[in-house]
Amino acid sequence: MPAVAETIETVQSVQEGGYKWGFETDIEMEFAPKGLNEDIVRFISKKKNEPEWLLEWRLKAFALWQKMEEPNWAAVSYPKIDYQDAYYYAAPVKKAGPKSLDEVDPELLKTYAKLGIPLKEQAILAGVEGAGESPADSGRMPVAVDAVFDSVSVATTFRDELSKHGIIFCSISEAVQEHPELVREYLGSVVPQGDNYFACLNSAVFTDGSFVYIPKGVRCPMELSTYFRINAKSTGQFERTLIIADAGSHVSYLEGCTAPQRDENQLHAAVVELVAMDDATIKYSTVQNWYPGDADGKGGIYNFVTKRGACRGARSKISWTQVETGSAVTWKYPSCILLGDDSVGEFYSVAVTNNFQQADTGTKMFHIGRNTKSTIVSKGISAGRSQNTYRGLVKISPKAKGARNFTQCDSLLIGDQCGAHTVPYIENRCITAKVEHEATTSRIAEDQLFYCRARGLNEEEAVGLIVNGFCREVLKELPMEFAVEAQKLLAISLEGSVG
Amino acid sequence: MLRIEGLTAEIEGKQILKGIDLEVPKGEIHAIMGPNGSGKSTLSYVLSGREGYDITGGSVTWNGQDLLAMEPEERAAAGLFLAFQYPVELPGVGNANFLRTALNAQRRARGEKEVDAMAFLKLAREKLKKLHMSDEMLKRNVNVGFSGGEKKRNEVLQMALMNPSMAILDETDSGLDIDALRIVSEGVNALRGPDFSSLVITHYQRLLNYIVPDRVHVLMDGRIVRSGGKELAEELEAQGYGQASAA
Ligand SMILES: Nc1ncnc2c1ncn2[C@@H]1O[C@H](COP(=O)(O)OP(=O)(O)OP(=O)(O)O)[C@@H](O)[C@H]1O
Ligand SMILES: [Mg+2]
Repeated sequence: MPAVAETIETVQSVQEGGYKWGFETDIEMEFAPKGLNEDIVRFISKKKNEPEWLLEWRLKAFALWQKMEEPNWAAVSYPKIDYQDAYYYAAPVKKAGPKSLDEVDPELLKTYAKLGIPLKEQAILAGVEGAGESPADSGRMPVAVDAVFDSVSVATTFRDELSKHGIIFCSISEAVQEHPELVREYLGSVVPQGDNYFACLNSAVFTDGSFVYIPKGVRCPMELSTYFRINAKSTGQFERTLIIADAGSHVSYLEGCTAPQRDENQLHAAVVELVAMDDATIKYSTVQNWYPGDADGKGGIYNFVTKRGACRGARSKISWTQVETGSAVTWKYPSCILLGDDSVGEFYSVAVTNNFQQADTGTKMFHIGRNTKSTIVSKGISAGRSQNTYRGLVKISPKAKGARNFTQCDSLLIGDQCGAHTVPYIENRCITAKVEHEATTSRIAEDQLFYCRARGLNEEEAVGLIVNGFCREVLKELPMEFAVEAQKLLAISLEGSVG
Repeated sequence: MLRIEGLTAEIEGKQILKGIDLEVPKGEIHAIMGPNGSGKSTLSYVLSGREGYDITGGSVTWNGQDLLAMEPEERAAAGLFLAFQYPVELPGVGNANFLRTALNAQRRARGEKEVDAMAFLKLAREKLKKLHMSDEMLKRNVNVGFSGGEKKRNEVLQMALMNPSMAILDETDSGLDIDALRIVSEGVNALRGPDFSSLVITHYQRLLNYIVPDRVHVLMDGRIVRSGGKELAEELEAQGYGQASAA
C-alpha cells in the first residue's frame, strides 16, 4: 500500500487541536554560563574532552564568526537575536554514562512516549523485548535511533547489529573520541566554517549531533533515525551531523523533531554535512515540527539550518526529502554539490506555514561533474497570515556537460491573507545543459471541500486530505513511518486554517 | 421521509428556488425532471448543505430532523448521499484512500467500528465487480483523468459503499453509454427497499425504464409545477416541458 493510503488513521487521530507536544521534561541540567565568548567555546570543548585540534578548529570558527554579519536577505523577519542572552551548553546529568537503555533517565523515556515516537522506535526505546530485532516482522526496515536530548546523545540502539556491518552510528562527540581520523578528515569539508553566519556559529559551539560512516559496499540494513528535541529553556541548539557513505554504500537517514512550547524564541542553527563517494547513495529525510509560535505568532523556534551534501564520487546520489511544518522562522536550503560525473541530486520538499509563520526554504544544486542530474520538487502551503518562500539556485558550471535539472514549484494558498513566493535562480554556463522549471499557484477549491464534506469528512479532514494529495509526490519519497507522521503533521499544522 | 416545505433559496442575490414543496416517503423513489437552469442541482446542493446558498424561507425535515441545521458531513453520516452532476477531481488523493477515509468518517460519526484496509479492499472489490468496474479505479486519483462515464460510475461506486438511506442522483445517467446505464440502474435498484429513498434527477425518460419511479415531479423556474406517476415522464418526453407544464 502506498504510504499516502495511511492518511485515514493519522488524520483522524489528531483531532485534539493545538500543539500537542508542549511540555517540559524535568531533568537535572548542567549549564555553561550564559553568554558567548572564547571561554565558553573552551568550556564546551573541555566538557567534551576534545582533542586540541578540535578546540583550535572551534576557536578559528569563533574568530571568523565575530567578524561576520547576520544575513538579512531571506524573506523573513524576526527580532534581533541577542547571542549573549543564551546558554550554549546544557547536558542531562549523566548518572554513570548510559551504556544501555536501562540507564536512561525514565523522564527521558516518558518524553519519547509523549512525543509519540512512532511504532517500532517507541518499543525499542521502551525496552520491549525483541523489538526491532527481526526486520521481517512487518516487512519494513527496522529503525535505529540516536536520540539527541538537548545537547548530548543519550541513547543509541542497534549498535551491535550495525557494527557487524562495520557501520558507525554514534554521537559526533563519541566519534571525536573513537574515530578522530574520520571526523578530522570530513568535518567542515562540505560546509566550511566561514560558509555563512549560522554555520560559522555552529562550528564554534556545536554540542552534539550524529555521526554516520557506512563502509565500502555496505547497504545499511536499517533506517538510521535521530529525534531532536529542544528541551532546556534558552538553550540554543547547535547540532552537527556528519554522514559519510563510502564507495558503493547505501544509507537512509531520518531526522525528526518536536519541541516543547515556550514563550521566548529559540535559536536553532544546525549543520548537516553529507559525503557520498563513488556509487554511494544517501537518502536524508526530515520531518520537522518544532513549535511554530501560538496563533498570534508569539514564541516559536528560529530554525537556521545549513544542510549540504557533496556527491564526490561518480554516480553517487544524494536525496533530500523534507516536510517542514514547524518553527516560527525557517531558513533552510538543503543543497547538493554534484562533483562526480553522473552524480544525482534530489530535493523533495513540503513546507507548511500557518498563522504568523515564516519560511524561506529551497535548495541549491551545483552541477560540476558531467551528466549530473538534479530534480527539485517543492510544495509550499500557506495559510493564516504566513509567508512561504521557495528560493532555489541551480548553478551549472561550464564543465558540467550534459547536465540536467528539472524544477517544479507548486504553491497552495489557504485563505487570502497569506503569501507564497517563488524565487528560482538559474545560472547555466554550459550550452549542452538542460534546465526546466515549472511553477503553479492554486487554492483549495470550494467544490473540492464540499465534495469531501458531502462524503462525510469534516472541513479539517477534507483540507488534510486535499493537502496530502497536493504533497503526494514528496510524501511518497519518505520512508513509511515518516510518511505517516508527516501526514499527521500536515493535518495538525493546518488546523483552524479554514472556516 | 423527506419533507420539503416552501423552500426558497438564492445565490449571490439571485433567487433560484422559489418555494418547493415535496415529500419523499420512506422506501420510495421520486424522479425530478425539468429544463436546464430550473434549479434541480441547486435543490440537490441545498439538501446536501453546500455553502454559498441563502436559504430565505421554508423547511426541510428528514425523518423528523431539521436537515438544514446539519453540516454536510453530518447529513452524510446520517445516510444522505449526493451523486454529483459534475464529480470533482482531487489530484494526488487515491480513490481507495478517499473512499475508505469517507466511509470511516461516516462510521465514526455514527459510533460504528471503522473498517481496516483489508476489509475495505474486500468490500470495494465486491462492489466494483457488481458495477462491472475494474480494480484499477481504486488506484487512480479521485476522478482525475476519468472519462465522463467513469466519473459517474465512480459516484455510483461510492453510493454502493456508503449504503445511504437517501440518495440524490443528479443526472447520473448523463454521459453514460447504454450498458453503463443499465449497470448503474442495477446499482440503484440493488439499494431499493423499505429503508431506501431516492431523488433521481434526469432529463431522460429512458433512465426511468430501468429505475422505475414511484412519482415524477416537474421542476420549472424554481417550483414544482406538476407531479404524477411514471407515465408523466413519458408525456414529458413526447410533448416537452412547455406543453406539459401548461397542462
Ligand atoms: N453560483 C451561481 N451564481 C449565479 N447563478 C447561479 C449560480 N449557481 C447556479 N446559478 C444559476 O441558478 C440557476 C439554476 O441552476 P442549476 O444548476 O440548479 O440548474 P439545473 O436545473 O441543475 O440545470 P441543468 O439541467 O442544466 O443541470 C441557473 O440559472 C444558474 O445559472
Ligand atoms: Mg443540474
